[in-house]
Amino acid sequence: MGLKVLTVDDSRVMREMLLMALTGAGFEVVQAEDGQHGLEVLPGAAPDVIITDINMPRMDGFGFIEGVRRTERYRGTPILVLSTEFDAAKKTRAREAGATGWIVKPFDAEKLVAAVNRVAA
Amino acid sequence: MDPMESIKATFFQECDELLGDMEQSLLALEAGEGDSDTINAVFRAVHSVKGGAGAFGFEKLVGFAHVFETTLDAMRSGTLDVTPDGLKVLLRASDVLNDLVQNAKGQGAVDESRVATLKEELEAMVGGGEADDAPEEDWGFKPITLEIGAAAPTSEWTLRFKLTAKMFANGHEAHLLLNELARLGPNEVCLDASELPDFETIDPEGAYFSWTVKLPAETAEADIRDVFDFVGDESIISLAREGGELEAPAPPASAEIIDVQALIRQAKAATPDASELKLAAEGAKEAATGNKDSGVERAAQAGATIRVDLDRVDNLINLVGELVINQAMLAQSVEDSGITRSPNVVNRLQEFEHLTREIQDCVMAIRAQPVKSVFQRMPRLVREIAASTGKQVRLVTDGEATEVDKTVIERISDPITHMLRNAVDHGLESTEERIAAGKPAEGVVRLAAFHRSGRIVIEVSDDGKGINRKRVKEIAVNKGLIAPEVDLSDDEVDNLIFLPGFSTATVVSNISGRGVGMDVVKRSIQALGGRIAISSIPGKGSTFTMSLPLTLAVLDGMVVMGGDQTFVAPLTAIVETLKPKQGDIRNLGPKGAVIAVRGGYVPLIDVGVALGWRTHAIDPTQGVILLVESEIGGRAALLVDAIQGQRQVVIKSLEANYQKVDAVAAATILGDGRVALILDIDEIIASKLRDVQPARMLEAS
Amino acid sequence: MNEPNAHIQDQEMELVSFRVGEQDFCVDVKCVREIRGWTQATPLPHSPDYVCGVINLRGTVLPIVELATRLGLTSSPPSARSVIIVVQISGRVVGLLVDEVSEILVSSSKAIQPPPDMACFAVKTFINGILSVEDRMISLLILDELLPKLQEEAA
Repeated sequence: MGLKVLTVDDSRVMREMLLMALTGAGFEVVQAEDGQHGLEVLPGAAPDVIITDINMPRMDGFGFIEGVRRTERYRGTPILVLSTEFDAAKKTRAREAGATGWIVKPFDAEKLVAAVNRVAA
Repeated sequence: MDPMESIKATFFQECDELLGDMEQSLLALEAGEGDSDTINAVFRAVHSVKGGAGAFGFEKLVGFAHVFETTLDAMRSGTLDVTPDGLKVLLRASDVLNDLVQNAKGQGAVDESRVATLKEELEAMVGGGEADDAPEEDWGFKPITLEIGAAAPTSEWTLRFKLTAKMFANGHEAHLLLNELARLGPNEVCLDASELPDFETIDPEGAYFSWTVKLPAETAEADIRDVFDFVGDESIISLAREGGELEAPAPPASAEIIDVQALIRQAKAATPDASELKLAAEGAKEAATGNKDSGVERAAQAGATIRVDLDRVDNLINLVGELVINQAMLAQSVEDSGITRSPNVVNRLQEFEHLTREIQDCVMAIRAQPVKSVFQRMPRLVREIAASTGKQVRLVTDGEATEVDKTVIERISDPITHMLRNAVDHGLESTEERIAAGKPAEGVVRLAAFHRSGRIVIEVSDDGKGINRKRVKEIAVNKGLIAPEVDLSDDEVDNLIFLPGFSTATVVSNISGRGVGMDVVKRSIQALGGRIAISSIPGKGSTFTMSLPLTLAVLDGMVVMGGDQTFVAPLTAIVETLKPKQGDIRNLGPKGAVIAVRGGYVPLIDVGVALGWRTHAIDPTQGVILLVESEIGGRAALLVDAIQGQRQVVIKSLEANYQKVDAVAAATILGDGRVALILDIDEIIASKLRDVQPARMLEAS
Repeated sequence: MNEPNAHIQDQEMELVSFRVGEQDFCVDVKCVREIRGWTQATPLPHSPDYVCGVINLRGTVLPIVELATRLGLTSSPPSARSVIIVVQISGRVVGLLVDEVSEILVSSSKAIQPPPDMACFAVKTFINGILSVEDRMISLLILDELLPKLQEEAA
């Protein structure tokens, strides 16, 4: 497989859970701690799929997604949003920002991997 | 460690940090220092706790965090004002959240009624019932299977969908959707390319295709819609059973769609099943055995810090400790063999010693931690004592970044707790008394940490009434701790409160209480190689100053001989060393003796006798005196046979394989490879002084 | 507990046997960490007479119990032939000073007889069972009680 996934989450626990689930499925993982950091590591990481949290310090998930979409190279890179809350308004906002899909926390490792595969296939 | 367990450990660690930061933020807001980002940070902290708690199935924690979060959300979005009263509720809510975290950790019970009360208070802030329809609906990322009704139609589905340019831009692909649909069962796909314009006018990033898919009758509508969950429902042009009009869906069909969406909402409202969460965790655990390393390495590259398992650091510290001992042993062997006359050998050995010491310092620095983790727990404590005493108290902290070894961090919490309790309970006056004395109603307790001459100093000061010296002296006399006629300096009177058996409170309060007097606090600090002192200004307040070694892993010691044995005396306890002259010694009774030092008399203690190696003291003029100081009974003169020199030694516990031994603080291993005992100066003096009159003890100090 | 129960099941046990004060004893080999020669111990003040002090075992401070004194037998001063058997006793590592190590025995747990019902403190406290090998009687030691009882934590 060798898909490369960039995870952006300010919670160490979430980062570790994602790391465990994703590396367990054979993905390569690059981590960032917030939106700002995510944009910083993006060029070096060159991810195939991005998973991001919404509520983060410095730059939130919406800002991050918009930032990614502004970068020519990552305009079509699938971005999955990972958040505890997902009402219709949030989904719409995420979609408008440029998100590909979402995963509700707490996530199930298998479903997560399936979702990543689904958007990246 | 089991990866899930290890993540859980990380979760709790993160919770403690988040809760600590959260409290700081709330206190900043209370002090009027915060801004909109401060409340945002509090919100994120609670949000993160909730997210992690959900992952591990801590439902009580999730439930409370959710209500808490809702209130905070209202505050950060500006629909709810941040008032002083509101902040008080938030602070108490943060305490409850902390309790729930500790409880999830398996530590401590939770006061359910308190949880319920605060939940209500939090809900009341955002306007009662609003929190009740709280969106627990999104929990769980599980497939939703719905029965559309008992008499499900048997005709097959016809689905028409298209993707907009925006959807393609967001990373969606039509073939992925088609793949997903194919998984639902055998289907038939038809591409409608009729909208595709001429080649000249085509927008390469435009979207022109739509697809018609026929799906098996038994497919649930929700499953079909699930495929479009990510893309958005707008991409579905129509979805109907065979026979419905494609372009204009028949009314019954559209009614059905609305109905299904309501059902989906209902289904999602179900709370997550704990067992399913657990299964998810198990699955994740199994999945984690793969090539985790590459991910970890990348994670390490992303930041300038790395996280290392504490065991590894501890192991390293132990090994460096061995290295220090080995270096000393090597040096001794070289000296014994008589080749130290070669300047090369001497230089290289010295270099080796320097390097070893440097490595040791560096390694110890790895394990050093800021006292913040301990300080963070204190505002709550002060709040609770304040509440139960009815006093108004503000805690000010300073020097939280001061670093000290982990071994010390773990053990300073109790003494600080006691000192703070004492400051609020005994130091500060009641609100009425303060107002009567012309002071602000709110008392201030200050907790500060800083480094001073290779030790960490922790100060607890209050702006209360100060020590009532007359009363303290009375008590000490009444309890027979001092003779009535002794003349004491103010400082000496203040320090009487550390004497065993002294307690200023006429009623043992349950706050400073549990029968813990300052003497116990003092002993626990001394057990760490620390000292404590008090200074006080009547009417203005008191300051307790505690100083501790920066580490409990190594110690600077004086290596001495006594009664055929080699000992180490902690350097911090030694005031000076001296060779006594016959005229300085005065015998008291059959066995006792004192020595004149700078105009005062200090009890003379033969170390060999004190440890039971010999029954009679050696002739003091044949030995060396270590003038030592202890807060218990001032000074004493320890008589030893000879002094070998000063050395930094690695502290080895006797308790690990044996037990605490009287008069011995710990053990170490010297250059000859043998174990030497580290003297517990305070204990030696204390046991000696048990036979001596209290009055003389004070005279001696 | 590390102690084999001598009275229930038939199991093969490996035992380290040694001599103390003219008598034979043994312990389960599973409790034995290592066996090493005698080195001078650093005495501990205010300790029972059977604790002869502590030694440095590769950086660990190891208390040494003089088994003969502990068992109420006649003790002779440690000599070059004396041996320290390093054993694990409920989380703690302790050295037992014995006169000499004899051999490693394999015995069926059935062959271990309960100790004679005697009022003697040492037998009741420290002996779990007795087995006879050729013409010798070997007592299986209970290790848990060898160290002094933990002192009450000082307040």
